[in-house]
Formats: sequence, structure tokens, C-alpha cells
Amino acid sequence: MKWVYIAIVVAATTVGEVMQAAGMRRNGEIHDFRPSALGRALAMLSRNIFVIGSVVAMAVSFFAYLGLLTIAELSFAVPVTAITYVLETILAKYILKEHVNRLRWAGASLVICGVALVSL
Amino acid sequence: MSHEAARLRLKTWICAAVVVLSNVFGNFFLKKGMPADLPTPWSYVTVLFHPLVTLGVVLLILWMMSRMALLSWADLSYVLPVTSIGYALVALVGWLFLAERIPAKRWAGIVLIVAGVALVSLGTAPRTHKPEAGR
Repeated sequence: MKWVYIAIVVAATTVGEVMQAAGMRRNGEIHDFRPSALGRALAMLSRNIFVIGSVVAMAVSFFAYLGLLTIAELSFAVPVTAITYVLETILAKYILKEHVNRLRWAGASLVICGVALVSL
Repeated sequence: MSHEAARLRLKTWICAAVVVLSNVFGNFFLKKGMPADLPTPWSYVTVLFHPLVTLGVVLLILWMMSRMALLSWADLSYVLPVTSIGYALVALVGWLFLAERIPAKRWAGIVLIVAGVALVSLGTAPRTHKPEAGR
């Protein structure tokens, strides 16, 4: 049961964050940080299919995470979710077409090892 | 570094700082305001009106929005490692304000995270794709 929850959390988080990045990319760079402009940007985003999808996926991930916490320890749950770093970096390269150079791979690997050490 | 690249980098660092600090302190206030247990389903609702919990939730909403703004121009493969400095800060905040002990293994993890963040944030540009046409 534990691994079912982990699979749902990891899959939903990965899908949600990649969709969020895709949706925000499609929206374009936010330049204007005045409240009225941010309100207009939010109204635009609420009609962005990728952003809507990412909110649904993150809600699934949140409730599966709560379920995971009822049967697993926090110090196990947090490092396990670091798996999403690897998956999301791979998807960033192949789906979002980002140029993930050696420095970024090295940085992401260091972070994953660090997160595991901090939380295990 | 061109003027445009310098502008984008400064904007990225300011926004990333907001993302990280709102997440760290949002979780901190949430933890601080949370009572030891929530006995009834209704207490899950009333706890939201505890001042520290409300502050935590407001900060986490700010976190969500600033992260979306950051992703509107920066790569996901940049944002992920750079904002993970929060894992190190959470441990430091626990050490400073909650008198939690940090064992040697955790310090080693913090050093690795900081090294990874430095590598990505200082060594690579935030954006590797061309801005959308017409901007």
C-alpha cells in the first residue's frame, strides 16, 4: 500500500509541475508586478488548460501525500519525493525542450544526494 | 554579460528569494501554530483561523504565485535545483528558532544542496529557450 501511495505522489507531482511550467511558458514572461496587472494575469491563467491540469494533479498529489503520511514516517516520505527531481529534469529536457547542460545535471545530482542526507 | 541577460538574472534571483523565503517561513509558521492534535473534523477548519496558521497559509499562497511567476520565464530544470536551497534553510531555521539539533550527516546534506544550488544558479542562465514571439 505504501508504494502505491508513493507511486501516485511521484507521478502526480511530476505531471503537475511539468504542466505548470508548460502553462506558464505558454503564458509568457510576467513583466508587470502591480496588483491590477497580476489580477489580470491570474484571470488569464485560470483559462489556461495546462495550469488547470497542474492544479488538479497537485491536488491529487497533496491528498495522496496525506495518505502516505498516515502510514509512513515524515523522514521517509520527504526523501522519497526527491525522486521527482530526477523525473522532472528528464521531462524538462525531452518535453519542455530545455537545454539541460552538464552543470545542471551535476547540480541536480548534488541536490538529490543532499536532500536524501538531510531527510534520512 | 549583455544588459538583457543581467536584467533577467537579477529579476530571477529576487523572485527565487521570494519563492524560497515564503516557503520556508510559511511552513515554519504552520508548524508553530499547529496544535498537538486535531480531534474532530471541524477542528481542521477552525485551526485555519489561528493567527500563526493563517500567516503560514498566506505565505504558502504567496509561494505558489511567486513560483508560477518565476516559471513564466525561467526553465524548470533551473527552478528545481535553485529553489531547493529551501531544504537547507528549513534545517537552519529549525536549528536557530526551534532549538533542534543538527547531526553531522544533515550538515553534510546541507553542504551538498548549497553546492548544487551554487553550481546551477551561478553557472547557467535561467532561460535557455527563446521568449515567445511578439514580446
